[in-house]
Amino acid sequence: MNEALQRLRGNAPAQLVLGLAIGVGFGACLQIAGVTRYDVILGQLLLTDFTVVKVMLTAVAVGTVGVYLMRGAGLADLHIKPGSVGATVVGGVIFGAGFAVLGYCPGTVAGAVGSGALDALVGGVTGILIGAGIFAALYPRLEASVLRVGALPTATIPDLLRVSPWAVVVPLVLAIAVVLYGIELAGL
Amino acid sequence: MDWTPYIAGAGIGVLSWLAFLLSDRPLGCSTAYARTSGMIERAVRGKVVLDRAYYKQFAPRIDWEWMLVLGVVIGAGATALLTGAFALVWVPPTFEAAFGPSVPLRLAVALAGGVLMGIGSRWAGGCTSGHGISGTLQLALSSWVAVFVFFASGILFAFLLYGVRP
Repeated sequence: MNEALQRLRGNAPAQLVLGLAIGVGFGACLQIAGVTRYDVILGQLLLTDFTVVKVMLTAVAVGTVGVYLMRGAGLADLHIKPGSVGATVVGGVIFGAGFAVLGYCPGTVAGAVGSGALDALVGGVTGILIGAGIFAALYPRLEASVLRVGALPTATIPDLLRVSPWAVVVPLVLAIAVVLYGIELAGL
Repeated sequence: MDWTPYIAGAGIGVLSWLAFLLSDRPLGCSTAYARTSGMIERAVRGKVVLDRAYYKQFAPRIDWEWMLVLGVVIGAGATALLTGAFALVWVPPTFEAAFGPSVPLRLAVALAGGVLMGIGSRWAGGCTSGHGISGTLQLALSSWVAVFVFFASGILFAFLLYGVRP
């Protein structure tokens, strides 16, 4: 791999600046799209406004092609999160309840704070910090029990299907295009 | 047709390339809250907090992702100011239309939702960014399961909360 790239990745202060810079761009995108608003998030969950799905699926389609191209060129490595039924599904259900009740997620709540949503700052961020603290305190007991239940069979979908990543990336991008076209056609 | 969500989504996709290329990391937000929670607890209770198994895995300190979340606040705030969208709001319009203008009610509901979100995102090992965008674009099985459950559960609870009405 490129030596300059290795040095940059190992440069701790530069990485903090990069994290901040990428975050500024991320926040700008979330704000432009409107997904930092409670009304847009709840509109998605109540199936009246498909902005969140449009933003996420476009990001995934663009992201997956670039990341797998860079991986093929030896410029990027994957960082797959492990999962299990007990961790991913149970945690996901709790997350979904929080998503609907709060009306923001951990990324959009930060953007909402920036755009002046005081419920996001006073209620949302405080709540997420308390919840994360509760999870950290419960972690040893959860880790020894529910989080281990039902490990997923493979790390990635291409591994599960025993095909090359591109045999998933290409149909995925096409499927996303079809879904987004359908959403626009339906006027959502 | 409004192209804004697609332009913003493509922008996030390109930012995820930069994160992988320049920082060897996926975009994610929820561990920053776990680290901050640890930093606050450490300030209150002292170093014993560092003995928690979870904080051995996610040390309570400022890292790349913490700076990313700070950047999101700044980037969204600057954009909101530039586009004239910045507004100090206690109760979002959709909430007010259904549950009234009470600020304490909205804050109590947001706090409760935040606690669930904080527990759920760490329980599932990621949020709408870490699983929903970064994990799915890597074709991670856990992330596709997670994002499906996030939205299925979110839709269910949103309908329970707002009642099934048009």
